[in-house]
Amino acid sequence: MIKRHPEPLLWMLFSAGGVVSALLLPILVLLFGLAFPLGWIAPPSHDHLRAVVGHPLSRLVVFGLVVLSLFHWAHRFRHTLYDGLQIKHLNELVAILCYGSALAVSAVAAVLLWWPDAIR
Amino acid sequence: MLPTDIGSHATPHAYTAYHPRWLRQPVSTYWWVQKRSYFAFILRELSCLFVAWFVVYLLTLVRAINEGEAAYQSFLTFSARTSVLLLNLVGFLFIVYHAVTFFDAAPQALVVHVGRKRLPSGLVGAAHYLGWMVVSTVVAWVLLGAR
Amino acid sequence: MADRIRLRVGRYRPEMESELVYQEYEVSFDKEWVVLDGLNYIKDRIDGTLSYRWSCRMGVCGSCGMTVNGEPKLTCATFLSDYAPGPVTVTPLRNFPVIRDLVVDLGDFMRKLVRVKPWIVREVERPLADGEYLQTPDELDEYKQFSMCINCMLCYAACPIYGLDPKFIGPAAIALAQRYNLDNRDEGAEERMEVLSEHEGIWGCTFVGECTKVCPKHVDPAGAIQRYKLDAALASIKSYFMPRGV
Repeated sequence: MIKRHPEPLLWMLFSAGGVVSALLLPILVLLFGLAFPLGWIAPPSHDHLRAVVGHPLSRLVVFGLVVLSLFHWAHRFRHTLYDGLQIKHLNELVAILCYGSALAVSAVAAVLLWWPDAIR
Repeated sequence: MLPTDIGSHATPHAYTAYHPRWLRQPVSTYWWVQKRSYFAFILRELSCLFVAWFVVYLLTLVRAINEGEAAYQSFLTFSARTSVLLLNLVGFLFIVYHAVTFFDAAPQALVVHVGRKRLPSGLVGAAHYLGWMVVSTVVAWVLLGAR
Repeated sequence: MADRIRLRVGRYRPEMESELVYQEYEVSFDKEWVVLDGLNYIKDRIDGTLSYRWSCRMGVCGSCGMTVNGEPKLTCATFLSDYAPGPVTVTPLRNFPVIRDLVVDLGDFMRKLVRVKPWIVREVERPLADGEYLQTPDELDEYKQFSMCINCMLCYAACPIYGLDPKFIGPAAIALAQRYNLDNRDEGAEERMEVLSEHEGIWGCTFVGECTKVCPKHVDPAGAIQRYKLDAALASIKSYFMPRGV
């Protein structure tokens, strides 16, 4: 019997998050982080963006991007603290903080995407 | 003259009558600056911090879009602040580094068989980069499509 | 025509000191000489007390692994002329306890190797009268790369994870497990998975990739580990839904 521990599932989330963030973040950051603020390209109108974000498919894509990227960060950052800074004695606390904040921000994202009126 | 206390750090010799003490060289906390490849590895790992930052950044954008035209304009102004631009520039470089290292590593992890033949690893890598270009084009087209 | 080069060798003599001490030797060498030739020159002509391991001097036995100018190398495959004018620093292989001079203890790896069962495991052994197991070239190619491992331990010396946490099972052990998992004559994948899917099995690896970089036989242990992670993760998820086995 394979010993039960969460590493395999967390690793799969990390991998999926790595792929999704690698595919989607660069273009989004290039546009919203550099091109639009620097004036290289005119930013899209608010109406257009509201329509894009309002589409059920985009909401799923954004949510998927958020959740997977956050778990990618959580897993990688936790391991970096463990190996890089060698704070092994705080291992469990670090794990709870990392995955916990990933869950928390994912919950916030869900609310923002599907119940926007709840946060006004 | 042989020491009888093998546990003490004060003894000058590490030899006991029946078993010489092995030398265990500890790993420095700064092991990751000692070699270029280790440093590159840690940079790759730290890129995840910017992944998380951009998730928060994009969620801020989504919220601004929800709140209306004024909030959206205010987000655009915020994104044009020098400090934010600098952060996003550095972050952009880091997430591109993340993407490149991830896609370059993919062929090592992903061995694809078609029937009984293995796909050449170069093809697996190229497929990832192609996918990256396609996704980026689609996203840009959706966002910039209609004004 | 012989050049001269200085070798700065790490000595550890437990009866004399409790830490690594450097001793310098000047060695005449020809352009074909490797670091091992330099060490043999020292032992033969300058200082017979120097201790180190070597055997085949052609890169197949895995005995002569040491740290040369900070990098884990097979000293029989590392040319002195590449380091001219020197000095060349030779120290024991990292991440293993040093017994004496350049000799390290590899017991930790030996114990881990046995745990992954690096042999063909069959549920029922075929009788000799049935003849040999036939294998096509394609079936051989599936695992051949991982069979090239000579247990030289350069990958363990290069792996920062192993250095920080000696409980980590390590690159070569996993690559050798994969050599058998991917061999179609073998039926032991499930048994090996119990060992490999422990917390300090494959899940200790963060894909630094240094192991593959230093491997003198191009085994690519990092690739073996990442490939296995996917298999193990899927098996683990399956076991949640089908706890009593497939």
